[in-house]
Amino acid sequence: MSPELKQIFKPSPILTPIQRSFCPGCTHGVIHRLVAECLEELQLAEKTVLVIPVGCATLAVDYFELDTIQSAHGRAPAVATGVKRSNPDLFVVTYQGDGDLASIGTAEIVHAANRGEKITTIFVNNGIYGMTGGQMAPTTLIGWKTETSPYGREASREGNPIRISEMLSQLNGPAYIARTAVNSPKAVLGTKRAIKKAFTAQMKGLGFSLVEILSTCPTNWGFSPVQSLKRIDEETIPYYPLGEFKAVEGL
Amino acid sequence: MGEKILMKGAEVLGESAIKAGCRLFFGYPITPQNEAPSYMAKRLPEVGGVFVQAESEVAAINMLYGAAASGHRVMTSSSSPGISLMQEGISYIAGAQLPVVLVNVMRGGPGLGNIGPAQGDYFQSVKPGGNGDYHLITLAPMNLQEQIDLIYDAFELADEYRNPAMVLTDGLLGQIMEAVEFHREKDLSSLPAKPWATTGINHRKKNLISSFDLDYDRLEAINHQIQDKYRIVKEKEVRYESYFADDAEVILVAYGTTGRICKAVVDILRSEKYSVGLLRPISLWPFPEKILQQLAQKSTTKGFLVVELSAGQMVEDVKISVNGVKPIHFHGRMGGNVPSPKEIIDIIKTIQWEGK
Ligand SMILES: Cc1ncc(C[n+]2csc(CCOP(=O)(O)OP(=O)(O)O)c2C)c(N)n1
Ligand code: SF4
Ligand SMILES: [Mg+2]
Repeated sequence: MSPELKQIFKPSPILTPIQRSFCPGCTHGVIHRLVAECLEELQLAEKTVLVIPVGCATLAVDYFELDTIQSAHGRAPAVATGVKRSNPDLFVVTYQGDGDLASIGTAEIVHAANRGEKITTIFVNNGIYGMTGGQMAPTTLIGWKTETSPYGREASREGNPIRISEMLSQLNGPAYIARTAVNSPKAVLGTKRAIKKAFTAQMKGLGFSLVEILSTCPTNWGFSPVQSLKRIDEETIPYYPLGEFKAVEGL
Repeated sequence: MGEKILMKGAEVLGESAIKAGCRLFFGYPITPQNEAPSYMAKRLPEVGGVFVQAESEVAAINMLYGAAASGHRVMTSSSSPGISLMQEGISYIAGAQLPVVLVNVMRGGPGLGNIGPAQGDYFQSVKPGGNGDYHLITLAPMNLQEQIDLIYDAFELADEYRNPAMVLTDGLLGQIMEAVEFHREKDLSSLPAKPWATTGINHRKKNLISSFDLDYDRLEAINHQIQDKYRIVKEKEVRYESYFADDAEVILVAYGTTGRICKAVVDILRSEKYSVGLLRPISLWPFPEKILQQLAQKSTTKGFLVVELSAGQMVEDVKISVNGVKPIHFHGRMGGNVPSPKEIIDIIKTIQWEGK
């Protein structure tokens, strides 16, 4: 029997074959791969418009073989609303960090979700402002030291970390809301399942969908890549529990 | 079409946009232009269009950005504080070179001000108000019929130059009723093709709508390209009305509502054999510099009086144009007040036009 070589893994045709500028160990890249795989497997790429935010994810304007719009800090859900309302046949995805979505863009995400805009948001929560060099985000955990919480975040001074998925799941507009992680192979597979479900919600026209993905920022956390993955289990998940917060009937 | 109907200014804004092929409106309530979004909320569904009341003007301008990126004619209207909130989005739209139409029904300022007519947002519109080197093609009507024409033209210009266009009106034009006629209607099948729009990659090369580039040389090159475009706009798209200005000793310069009042002033003074004329800029950017230069050079011209509903904003562009060749006087009202023709006539008559 002649040995047969079978290809079991290949680059996604949706990801542009150029070098990424993310820091070593950053999980933005893993999330890109998952978004690309889901778009490919659901055959959505040809009609997708990707709305890119301001943050480390801005670099993604060059990373996807998709029609792409770069938007102002926090405003991706409004931009996506404009795209989807003007062209309901398009598949519209926003990809946003936690500073972008949970701080400057809170109004836009809440109201896009509440209107039940038929768009999907990939919400990358790394608990910090990566791009600007490690300032506190609304999602930064209590006790975490950042450039702008040098003594550690204190609830009495900086408020408590905001749980976006729980908050948005109170609204009627969303069809699907889940929180996942990418710090282990099992978690990665779980994230992929959630993204597919969120995309399906949009495909079926059921309403707004969002997947909050707990991500790392080794550079600004001051942790090694491996330590960063462990920190997700030890510190992040206990405050931000994984799971589906909303999944309407028909999904 | 072809018949005169009585309509309110803010509603005319809406219908003008629809006649120009606009089927999308994103806006947020603010007086004195509330009738525009209300009109669109009712009217757009009748013509297969979409109206969304945004959660803020910040969201509204970004919805415009998305809709324009996807290749559609889209408009918003607002008034001064709302337009202030839109400035970041407008800068992005100009940077990404997207065609949108904006309407500012200017009201008294600064801050919350009041809902009376004003022209205090001239600088914000023509200099303009957001970050970076860009311009809004800015058109200023003096009555509702002209407003219909300028909204239509704003859509055409925005598409032609891939640049945001602003129609600058005020609380008076927003609220008056006049008999108007919609004599042009865009054939939707003749809308310009937008091969650059984000409509799904669909087996072609990727389209990217962005104002972002980390590479200094590339971003500078884009800026040069935008400035080249602006040079063409300045050459080709200047608009003004010259009303007895050619042989006048005293030339009034005013736009929009004050332009209209000054036109009445010219009629009154001409009947008294007073040599007065009006140069009424219709495009505020590009500004009618050349004609002002030419008028200033004329031996008959003794000087200019600029009248605005502001502390003096357009007057700076008049000064740049006239470049010290003839004296320039200014009269401005603020706070929602509008000068009467008599008020302007009295000022013209008290100025010492001979002595420089
Ligand atoms: C209006 C505006 N304010 C501030 C900034 C600066 N800024 C750029 S990225 C960023 C934070 C991004 O953090 P996040 O959304 O968490 O993304 P990350 O980089 O962590 O992935 C800020 C504040 C900006 N570009 N625009
Ligand atoms: S700064 Fe943080 S979030 Fe940004 S690329 Fe580096 S590790 Fe990733
Ligand atoms: Mg972040």
